[in-house]
Amino acid sequence: MTRFDGYNTDGFFDEMFSPDGSARPAVQMLVERIESFPEGELIRRQIAAEYALLRMGITFNVYADEQGIEKIFPFDLIPRIIDANEWEWIERGLKQRIHALNLFIDDVYHDRKIIKDGVVPADIVLSSERYLQQCIGLHPPRGIWCHITGTDLVRNSDGQIYVLEDNLGCPSGVSYVMENRQLMKRTFPQLFGMLQIQPVEDYPSRLLNMLQYLVTDRVMAPKVAVLTPGIYNSAYFEHSFLAQQMGVELVEGRDLVVMDGFVHMRTTKGFEQVDVLYRRINDDFLDPTVFKQESLLGVPGLMDVYKSGRIALVNAPGTCVADDKVVCSYVPQIIKYYLGEEIIVPNVPTYMCWEDTDRKYVLEHLDELVVKEANGSGGYGMLIGPHATTAEREEFAQRIKHNPRNYIAQPTLSISRVPVLIENHFEGRHVDFRPFILYGEDIYVLPGGLTRVALKKGSLVVNSSQGGGSKDTWVLSGHS
Amino acid sequence: MLSRVAESIYWMSRYIERAENVARFVDVNLHLILDLPGGVQMQWDPLVSTTGDDEVFAERYGHASREAVIRFLTFDTENPNSIISCFRAARENARSIRENISSEMWVQLNDAYLMVTNTAEEWAMEEPHQFFTDIKVASHLFAGQTDNIMSHSEAWHFCQLGRLIERADKTSRIVDVKYFILLPSIWDVNTPFDDIQWGALLHSASAFEMYRRTYGLISPNRVVAFLLLDREFPRSVLYCLSKAEESLHAISGTPLETFSNPAEQGLGQLRSEFAYAQVQQILASGLHEFLDAFQTKLNLVGDDIRKTFFAPRPVNGESADTQSQQIIG
Repeated sequence: MTRFDGYNTDGFFDEMFSPDGSARPAVQMLVERIESFPEGELIRRQIAAEYALLRMGITFNVYADEQGIEKIFPFDLIPRIIDANEWEWIERGLKQRIHALNLFIDDVYHDRKIIKDGVVPADIVLSSERYLQQCIGLHPPRGIWCHITGTDLVRNSDGQIYVLEDNLGCPSGVSYVMENRQLMKRTFPQLFGMLQIQPVEDYPSRLLNMLQYLVTDRVMAPKVAVLTPGIYNSAYFEHSFLAQQMGVELVEGRDLVVMDGFVHMRTTKGFEQVDVLYRRINDDFLDPTVFKQESLLGVPGLMDVYKSGRIALVNAPGTCVADDKVVCSYVPQIIKYYLGEEIIVPNVPTYMCWEDTDRKYVLEHLDELVVKEANGSGGYGMLIGPHATTAEREEFAQRIKHNPRNYIAQPTLSISRVPVLIENHFEGRHVDFRPFILYGEDIYVLPGGLTRVALKKGSLVVNSSQGGGSKDTWVLSGHS
Repeated sequence: MLSRVAESIYWMSRYIERAENVARFVDVNLHLILDLPGGVQMQWDPLVSTTGDDEVFAERYGHASREAVIRFLTFDTENPNSIISCFRAARENARSIRENISSEMWVQLNDAYLMVTNTAEEWAMEEPHQFFTDIKVASHLFAGQTDNIMSHSEAWHFCQLGRLIERADKTSRIVDVKYFILLPSIWDVNTPFDDIQWGALLHSASAFEMYRRTYGLISPNRVVAFLLLDREFPRSVLYCLSKAEESLHAISGTPLETFSNPAEQGLGQLRSEFAYAQVQQILASGLHEFLDAFQTKLNLVGDDIRKTFFAPRPVNGESADTQSQQIIG
């Protein structure tokens, strides 16, 4: 051992090294390869990879900046490796989860059996700000609501993997999965020959196939488009990347118009009908005549066309009710209810502030817990108890008492780490993992995903808006 | 294709062509100065006139010194027609239609943009020839990729249309501005200086060598004829108009020699005017007047293209400025 000399797991679960300092079996070849590089070679490859990202314009926009300044999404070239056995378990767990969630969403907008049977309290579902009255009784094409999901997983210090949240809205990051992989093939070509790394490159084909499948029962050659809020959106790169890779149009709200009961694009030769919209704008902004009136991003009349079944929207409006963190905490019961199975990949244990006993516990243990808003995201609207000041904790205590339904709390997980290259040595940084799941003709889990890494020393926040970066994730095939 | 996308492709292409033209004539003038006989003062203000920004320049800089003009035309982010502004605008347009152009085209344009924004102004002033060559090469690489990677379908034709209309405009402006400065004074005729100046005009359109092969010795009439009326030189105005017309008809599907919209009608009339013109007649009736009228008509064609393809439902009261992009939304 040379390159990793002095690398310390600091008592955390390390994805690459066992507590005794030896490399885990799946990463041994990677470690050997890194050891074989001459001094300075790794950092040279890291710089080359970053420069390639800049040239390709693989950047995200920082919201606060009015010029829409672009930054590279920081990238670390040491991959996170998942062995075949563990992946097989994750894949089964995610398929089970998405299958049940889809049944749940459909149920709560129709018969509400799960509520009538007393498994999930009516209050919890119906009071969610993401439960859309406008979607009651709707039948989305092929009965699918959650076509695309990017479930966040974390591993705790005991090695157990938990689901943190599902991201049923417009999960971002799959473009980075594919671009990171391209960079890694340039950076470590030999390793791809030695390890059986499962490919991720067919994602756009599978996505397009799923999108077309939704309407092929009524349209011969469906017209698919990706709906973006525009070039100043932080995920614009991904929107254009996916449209380009699928060979479909990337449209903005102003390119679309509802006419004669269909959605049309404004083209140089008049109007052209659209059959499937992979929309990357939130429910609230889809149709100003139904949701937020001031929305300029959406298409007036879109929901009427959707209700009449003349356009497929992906994901279906209303899906996000299952993203509500309070609703989400019922997923074990939801899986049991619809599938009669035990949950495979567990939820992070969750305290619900609307329940008196839980709330009492939460308020007494704010210094140990992570508190989240039911519908917060992006690392905003949360309290990390152990890292917070007394004043911040007091503020959250007031917020919880004022609106208990809006908060949940979870134990502060000691999430796992991986080595990242810092100048010429390695340091451990915390990571999460976002695999992507497509629900079309069947449920498909992309073998890979976005490993987000908190690049700030000691930080647990992996969001790109708050100093997070990414790593490629290698899912190995063949059991070891 | 989407109207918004067509508009962005058209302007992406126009802005890159504009940057290349600015780079070329600044570079040529920097070379020309080296050959000026002692005591002759180089005129820098005509350079500003070729982009049509005299007033803005006068307001911001006053006297047209070498440094002021180069700065205004290259690195001035407040001048919408400076090289840096052109690349920024081209890249913003490309960004909004990235799914329609190839990754290679995007990377090339992004590279060019990063090159311009990362170039230190001091270095560019010291090594202007290298800098302007880099700009021209970047534009040529982009055009080459557009031709060789992109399907020659509607999007490509909008690229062509933007590039050729921009080029026709710039060639006509270079001729217009330079012709009057270069009208021989009694002392200069048949001196080496006379020849060098006319040569510089040809160089400004990268036309020197092709001119030589066509006409041999340099004469003012033939230089004007070559830059305006040549049927084979790709930067002559007639050539640009003919090819732009072909693309316009490929987009609409209307046969040549007929028209289905005002843009085709206007461009067809303009092309015919050049196709059947003679240089002696143009000069006799006044070159400047001829070129001035041409630029007005070309602007009208640009505006008709916008109305026909980009804004199918025109909003009342919109201005008809075709020299820069209409910002929508």
